[in-house]
Amino acid sequence: MGKISLEVNGRKVEKEAPDNTLLSTFLREHLQLTGTHIGCDTSQCGACVVHVDGNSLKSCTALAADVNGSKVTTIEGLETNGKMHPMQEAFKKLHGLQCGFCTPGMVMSAVDLLQKNKKPSDTEIRDWLEGNICRCTGYQNIVAAVKEAATKM
Amino acid sequence: MASLVGSRVERKEDKRFLTGKGRYTADINLANQTYAIFVRSPHARASINKLNIDKALKSSGVVSILTGKEIADDKIGGLIAGWAIRSEDGTEMKCPGNPPLAKDNVNFVGDPVAVVIAESLAEAKEAAEKVEVDYKVLKAVTSTADAMNGDTIHEGIDKNLCFDWLLGDRQKVKEAFDKADKVISIDIINNRLIPNAMEPRACVADYNAASEEITLYTTSQNPHLSRLIMSAFGNVAPEHKLRVVAPDVGGGFGSKINVYNEDIVCSWAAKKINRAIKWVAERSESFLTDIHGRDHVTHAELAVTKDGKFLGFKNETIANLGAYARVFGTVTPTYLFGPCATGVYEIPAAYTNVKAVYTNTAPVDAYRGAGRPEATYTIERLVEKASMELGIDKTELRIKNFPTVFPFKQTLVHTVDSGDYVAGMEKAKQMADYKGFEARRKESEAKGKLRGIGVTSYFEACGIAPSAAVMSLGCGVGLWESAEVRFNPTGQVTVYTGSHSHGQSHQTTFAQIAADELGVPIENIDIVHGDTDKGTFGMGTYGSRSLAVGGIAIVNACKKIVEKGKRVTAKMLEANPEDVEFKDGEFIVSKSNKKKTIGEVAFACYLPGVRDEMKSPLPEGDEPGLKETSFYDPSNFSFPAGTHIAEVEIDPETGNVKLEKYTACDDFGRIINPMVVEGQVHGGLAQGIGQALYENAEYDETGQLMTGSYMDYTMPRADNFPEFNIGYTCTHATTNPLGVKGCGEAGAIAAPPTVMNAVIDALGGQEVTMPATAEKVWKACKNLKKSNAKAA
Repeated sequence: MGKISLEVNGRKVEKEAPDNTLLSTFLREHLQLTGTHIGCDTSQCGACVVHVDGNSLKSCTALAADVNGSKVTTIEGLETNGKMHPMQEAFKKLHGLQCGFCTPGMVMSAVDLLQKNKKPSDTEIRDWLEGNICRCTGYQNIVAAVKEAATKM
Repeated sequence: MASLVGSRVERKEDKRFLTGKGRYTADINLANQTYAIFVRSPHARASINKLNIDKALKSSGVVSILTGKEIADDKIGGLIAGWAIRSEDGTEMKCPGNPPLAKDNVNFVGDPVAVVIAESLAEAKEAAEKVEVDYKVLKAVTSTADAMNGDTIHEGIDKNLCFDWLLGDRQKVKEAFDKADKVISIDIINNRLIPNAMEPRACVADYNAASEEITLYTTSQNPHLSRLIMSAFGNVAPEHKLRVVAPDVGGGFGSKINVYNEDIVCSWAAKKINRAIKWVAERSESFLTDIHGRDHVTHAELAVTKDGKFLGFKNETIANLGAYARVFGTVTPTYLFGPCATGVYEIPAAYTNVKAVYTNTAPVDAYRGAGRPEATYTIERLVEKASMELGIDKTELRIKNFPTVFPFKQTLVHTVDSGDYVAGMEKAKQMADYKGFEARRKESEAKGKLRGIGVTSYFEACGIAPSAAVMSLGCGVGLWESAEVRFNPTGQVTVYTGSHSHGQSHQTTFAQIAADELGVPIENIDIVHGDTDKGTFGMGTYGSRSLAVGGIAIVNACKKIVEKGKRVTAKMLEANPEDVEFKDGEFIVSKSNKKKTIGEVAFACYLPGVRDEMKSPLPEGDEPGLKETSFYDPSNFSFPAGTHIAEVEIDPETGNVKLEKYTACDDFGRIINPMVVEGQVHGGLAQGIGQALYENAEYDETGQLMTGSYMDYTMPRADNFPEFNIGYTCTHATTNPLGVKGCGEAGAIAAPPTVMNAVIDALGGQEVTMPATAEKVWKACKNLKKSNAKAA
């Protein structure tokens, strides 16, 4: 057991957790932030992507202890004053989601892309999202949503 | 008021999904819950000599360990096949017992033998490691083609044969073949797929000792059906003491139709230990134990005249059922496959023979399209081959054999009510610039690349119905759907539907339908589904049936509301009910032009009186309240159809196939929400293209799944696809009041043959099996070089 101190979605949290607790487990089970999803056990699907100190990270690939002291943003922290982030708005407008399960990771990953590349091409978007699997949408509307968000951010 | 049906209404469900507030089964935690881990067979086929739980019971935090013995002692029933199929010789199909926890034999890797329930997940995992099972390993049967020659898996089931089924007339087919100028034949393997909904299966079971009720939260496409099976066959609890809730469900694609071992075991065990139990599959468990799809080996022949008229068709298929026959396992390769085997063509004589075999692999059941992708793949590969052998343009050959008069009595079973296949083909050709292909082929050639074009025309039979017909063919239930429309006194509406949305957008599209029918703003309409305590009953969502069956039930319930509203308005305004018209949410007396809004009528129905007067707005015979129910049983299937065209470019140096263009022109009848339909088409295409180019579930000869993770099973990614070019033609279904047909499966049905026809076209007609991986294609390219060199 060890103490995990993080700033999650702008709020300081301190919790005891077993040393082998993954960041994804810490968020879901210890902080009840269930918007971060677990879709696989091999770090392939990307449903668990969050931001750690501003960069996207598959939260199932890090121990909570590894990121101790960091600032973490999850899908729950993307709204500002109850207003959805332009990426969330674009996904809604362009039907970039169906069952919604891969969506939190997809959105968090896409937001990070636009932080690093303000006007990505279709190919750059598809390449960047290679680590996020969606079984519902065929990706077309996700790509369109990322492009739309790029015009708003 | 503008109609919402036909508009791109943004989805009501999106905000919760986009802000992390979706509530999936794994997100549910109950007070004092325990955690379950299943001990699973590592062997494909074995008998259990001994199962010892003594050490595991002493492990820290263990609450209970239950095995096949306890489940048998408690007379808990097993998993079932939902459709009884009869063989050609009149005998009934043969199904083995499938206990939720295996007691004597295990039949596939992942077959559960015990459940360990502990205070924490970590403790449950640790204890599960300590369960000792002494197996006698037996020789596994894994090959579809050779299953009938393997050891007998289930006692008393000869040749591992569940049934040997025939649809059609062998004699007529023989006569047709005797008259043929040419017979085109083909051997096909329809590769095994794993559905891979992104949300792994999960369940949370709870027992309330006060009400003696079990509540099961589970990842299901059809909670009412699950409850029925668990109660009637599983003997878990009577239906009124069993509540099944399928909250937000993260995709299904057929894999969440079945009641699974874990649902039954956790529900039964929760009552036994009087505590809640949570189980969440790891992805590797999903790979091993979710139902798989497809897995056919087929030989098919098409008899043709030299000018390209189709005369006869035969189809001999071996279908792999896996270790056990499950809910839609037996109907998928029979009535969902055979009737569609002749495709969109007039073929005077045809038969389909299917031998369904057991193997020591995961159960195979309905996966997106279920039977229709396999049927379409066979006929469309065959037609493409015929076009090559006859030297007739692939689109012309198809048009030549399309029916042009509707209703079209299709060769084997269906009467297709409406369609215009020629218009679909012409539009698809235009969208794809079919004419310009030769120029593009030359451009590719100039770059040293091989370019191919592939076409598929398909139809599918959706909304499996009517109940009397499907039950006469062996279905264990009727396939109607229910809806209940409730007005609140203050005018908002709650619609309870027996359909289930796990991505399909019902919360929006069903609300669009109700809004138009009732003239109530869409924001005042809620769609409720997925809970057996809410709504009467429902058959659930699969087979593109939600709109064509569930949607019509909503329409019919709304129409009953309007009828009552007319009677009430007439009483209130002292008019004849026949003189009352309903439009845009208002009841208008045509003669006086007096009106009442539907909100006023609802209010009056719930508060039927006025102060100081003995007066009721309710006509004699009408009760207070405003709530109506419909159980809708369609008169026929619905028949979406279309033509898809794909172009691929192959690099002969690497064998890499690049999908350059994909055009889909579909006829779904009336479209409720074009945005949602586009999403359904895109998703179906991605799965169909996945089957053609990437996905394959493979077992080795000992029955170990070689593709058991996302590192071995190729899930299509964003960078695997071009932008799809999508369009429509529209003929309304004549068998339902909305004129709708269904759109959920089209992409998965049409894409595999479309892409493969393009690949094989690029390879000069050389057959390649799915998935057309770089390795296979590279080898074919080398053969092509050799044969070209010879020809030169």
